[in-house]
Amino acid sequence: MIDTLRLTAEEAWRLVDAREISGAELFAAYLAAIDARDEELHCYLHVCDDPGGDGLPIAIKDVIGTKGIPTTAGSKILEGYLPIYDSTVVERLKSHGLRILGKTNTDEFAMGSSTENSAFGPSHNPWDPSRVPGGSGGGSAAAVSAGLAPWALGSDTGGSIKQPSALCGNVGLRPTYGTVSRYGVVAFASSLDQVGPVARTVRDCAYLYSIIAGRDECDTTTVELPQQVELPEAHDLKGLRIGVPKELNESHGIEPGVADAVQTAIAKLEELGAEVGECSLPLSVDFGLACYYLITPAEASSNLARYDGVRYGFRAAAEERLEMYERTRDQGFGDEPKRRIMVGTYALSAGYYDAYYGQAQKVRTVIKREHDALFETFDALVSPTSPTVAFPLGARTADPIAMYLSDLLTIPSCMAGLPGLNVPCGLSEGLPVGLQLIGPQFAENALFRIGHALEQAIGFDAVPERLR
Amino acid sequence: MVIDREQLLHVARLARLELREDEVERLEAQLNDILEAVFKVSELDLSDVPPTSHPLDVVNVWEKDEPRPCLTVEEALANAPEREGNFFKVPPGGSS
Repeated sequence: MIDTLRLTAEEAWRLVDAREISGAELFAAYLAAIDARDEELHCYLHVCDDPGGDGLPIAIKDVIGTKGIPTTAGSKILEGYLPIYDSTVVERLKSHGLRILGKTNTDEFAMGSSTENSAFGPSHNPWDPSRVPGGSGGGSAAAVSAGLAPWALGSDTGGSIKQPSALCGNVGLRPTYGTVSRYGVVAFASSLDQVGPVARTVRDCAYLYSIIAGRDECDTTTVELPQQVELPEAHDLKGLRIGVPKELNESHGIEPGVADAVQTAIAKLEELGAEVGECSLPLSVDFGLACYYLITPAEASSNLARYDGVRYGFRAAAEERLEMYERTRDQGFGDEPKRRIMVGTYALSAGYYDAYYGQAQKVRTVIKREHDALFETFDALVSPTSPTVAFPLGARTADPIAMYLSDLLTIPSCMAGLPGLNVPCGLSEGLPVGLQLIGPQFAENALFRIGHALEQAIGFDAVPERLR
Repeated sequence: MVIDREQLLHVARLARLELREDEVERLEAQLNDILEAVFKVSELDLSDVPPTSHPLDVVNVWEKDEPRPCLTVEEALANAPEREGNFFKVPPGGSS
């Protein structure tokens, strides 16, 4: 009997290698779990048949292109679209024998923090199905926590891997910008988008990252990793200096239960031998959200111009071409992409460009410099990942700005292209609290080391209480 | 108010979005809220700060100019909503 709720990818790999279970049995066990629980949770938009082989199964966020397997990005405008090639990350998974279980739910074009912007309906949090799993990659995070996949790929622009991992109680890495290929991935905001792993343990997360990372000639923004990925083993943090940025830890809107769990974890970091010190990001947190919600809509308005009903996806009936473009886009896009296309088009339009987009790019420089300065003193920074635990479905849908605030703490480091790791650190009101570790560019190994030691010290039970 | 109805319709036209009347009303309020919030960036005097468009210092990435297999016509047209021969078919251009 395979217990998909408790099985780590590392252990599954060992069992398959030792021929204690077959790849087919493993795949079937996850399909059975999906049958049993996904009607309630709606993690998957599409479930695949077993393609055969002995590799591990994996779930893929539906913004990541998969040859011959529907890829919708959570949008009606891509309904029925079948990619004619694999994204580079999927090619790399396949070359390691990994097999695709299915495509996971996402806010439309990865724009959102709850999956409620998915054109195909929201996913539900496995700890409490009346609450959101976070977003945009809520399908991947909820699938891993509910035992519907041993691990998964997500994508992160301003928190879409870290925040759902925090709300579902698992481990998610937003890699350093440029370390993972975006080729074949539906573009949202190209100067921020990164694909990354979601897993049950830090070691699984590190291993999956080692499979997908590295230069890809099809994506000229990628670079070779300066050092190999190391699977973390150490249980102490001697010699590491960890900064606690005041603004990320004391921001208005952080729930007391979240702050308490993170404070307790920070005390553990010290017990484990790390040197912990307070520090400050004076402007990054205060101005990060405004900067992000100018730059990403601007890039999105350009990236989403390709959905015009000509070459793929949905087309609305119309007599004339311009009418066809406008009607296709009105009927094909949901509210959030439309809002962002409108904001981005406005911010880039003549007369407003310098005041909005140009100024936001300068703020981005300020954010990057503030972080760079801290990494002269610290090896990593720590804070809550999300200001709150999982919120009830519907709580923030009427107010776009309230929804945007869900990513207040994850956005600044994303703007600077920095890696960030979410590690579960406890419960508040019976729901998971996530701790965010931020490092300088290419410092994934340090984040894995800290995350692993903390994970061992905390002993968080990642199986949702109601499923135990 | 940052953006009025007329400007909103102009921007929608630039973005090739045919908005329904109920959408225009909803968007007018929401866009004004969002634009007011993001205009916070103007509070800082950054006249001597250079812009950042990309987080990595990667410039001029070159690849060898060697031909490689590419998509076939059938593959490229596989997802076309409508095709004619080897072409994507679209409605005729109207006045715009």
